[in-house]
Amino acid sequence: MKRATFLEHVGWTGGGIAFAMTASGTFAAAAPGSDFTFVQISDSHIGFSLPANPDVLGTLNATVDRINALPQQPAFVMHTGDVTHLSKVEQFDSAKSVLGRLKAPLFVIPGEHDAIGTEGAQRFAAAFPNPDAPDGWWSFDRNGVHFVSLVNVFNFETMGVLGTKQLDWLAKDLAAQKADTPIVVFGHVPLYALYPAWGWTTSDGANAIAMLKRFSAVTVLNGHIHQIITQREGNISFATAAATAYPQPAPGTAPAPGPLTVPAPELLGRLGYRNVSFTGMHAAVSDRSLQLG
Amino acid sequence: MKKRIASFLAAAALLVGLPLAAAADSPAAGPTVHIKNFMFVPMTVTVAPGTTVTFVNDDDEPHTVTSTVKAFDSEGLDTHQTFKQSFAKAGTYLYFCEVHPYMHGTVIVKAPQ
Repeated sequence: MKRATFLEHVGWTGGGIAFAMTASGTFAAAAPGSDFTFVQISDSHIGFSLPANPDVLGTLNATVDRINALPQQPAFVMHTGDVTHLSKVEQFDSAKSVLGRLKAPLFVIPGEHDAIGTEGAQRFAAAFPNPDAPDGWWSFDRNGVHFVSLVNVFNFETMGVLGTKQLDWLAKDLAAQKADTPIVVFGHVPLYALYPAWGWTTSDGANAIAMLKRFSAVTVLNGHIHQIITQREGNISFATAAATAYPQPAPGTAPAPGPLTVPAPELLGRLGYRNVSFTGMHAAVSDRSLQLG
Repeated sequence: MKKRIASFLAAAALLVGLPLAAAADSPAAGPTVHIKNFMFVPMTVTVAPGTTVTFVNDDDEPHTVTSTVKAFDSEGLDTHQTFKQSFAKAGTYLYFCEVHPYMHGTVIVKAPQ
C-alpha cells in the first residue's frame, strides 16, 4: 500500500503527479498525447459544514471549474459516491446544480452517505437516473476500454458488500471480454482490504478481484477514504481518490475515521480530482489538487 | 412554569411513595448513549420497560441508530443531533449504524428485579 497524499507531492503544478498503470506492472510517467481521457471525482459530502470544510459547495464548484478548463475535455466524469452528506433532497439538489455545470457527461455511483435512511437510495436514483443501471451497477465501453461500475454500499452488513446478484452479473459481464481488453472498475468503497478496522474494505471484494485476474490491465478506482492510496496486485492497480470535501486521517493514525481538520491554507492541497488518460491500453492516473493551477 | 410545578408534584409524589398516573403515561427518561469515535458508548444499556433512551452523535461524522430488524431507525444523525427511542416491551434490541455497519449496540429491556 502506498500513500500518495498531495502534500507529499510538492511538485503538483502543471500536469500533476502522474503514474502509468501498465500491463508490465511498472509505474511510469504518463505519456503525452493520449487517445482519450476521463475524470474521476469523489466524496463531495454536500450538506457538511463543520470546520474541516465549511464550504463543500465552493470546493465542488472549484473542482468543476478545473475540469471544465482542461485542454482535453474528458469523455466523461465519474463521481464515485458520497455526493451528499445525509441523503437529503436539498443536498442532492445543491449537488446537481453544481455538477450540472460540467461540460462533459456525468456518471454518478452512490456512496453510503447517498443511501442513508429508508428513502436515501430512492432519492439518489431520482437525482441521478441511469436507465442502463436498473440495479445500480452497469458497464459500458469507450475507445476499446471496458468500464464496470459497481455498487458496494447497498445492504451494508459489516463492511462494503457487492452481493451475490451483482457478482453473478459481473461474472457474466467480464466473461464476454477479451483478456487483453483494458478494464476499469469503479466503486465507492475500496474492493480490497485497505483498512478493515475502519470499514475500508468490501467483504466479498475478493470474489470480484479473482474475476479480474485474467485480464492484462485492470484499474480499480474508488473513493470513500478521502485520500490517495495506491496498491498493486498482479495486473490490477487500485487507486483511491481524494475528496472534493475534506480529507480523512491516514489508516490507523486516529482513534476513528472522519473529517480531518487541517490548517485552512492546506485544505485545497488535500482536495482534488483525478485525470485518467489512455494511450493504447495503458492508463495513466494523474491526481491533481485544487491548490495550484 | 407548568412544567416546574409538574416536576415538583412528581418529586413530592415520589417522596411520599404515591403512584403517579402521569408517569405511567409518558415514558420515563432513561440513559443517554453517546456516539463517539465510531462507537456507541455504552455499547449496552439495560433499562426498564417504558424507558426512553437518548442517542446523541458526538462525532463530526453522521451516524444512524438503526434496529437490525428495522424496529426503529433514527435516519441520518448529523453532528450533535439527538434521537430518542422509547422501549415499551421487554426484550433485547440490537442496533447498528447504517453508515458504518461495524458499529453495533444493544438495548436490553427488562423489568427491575
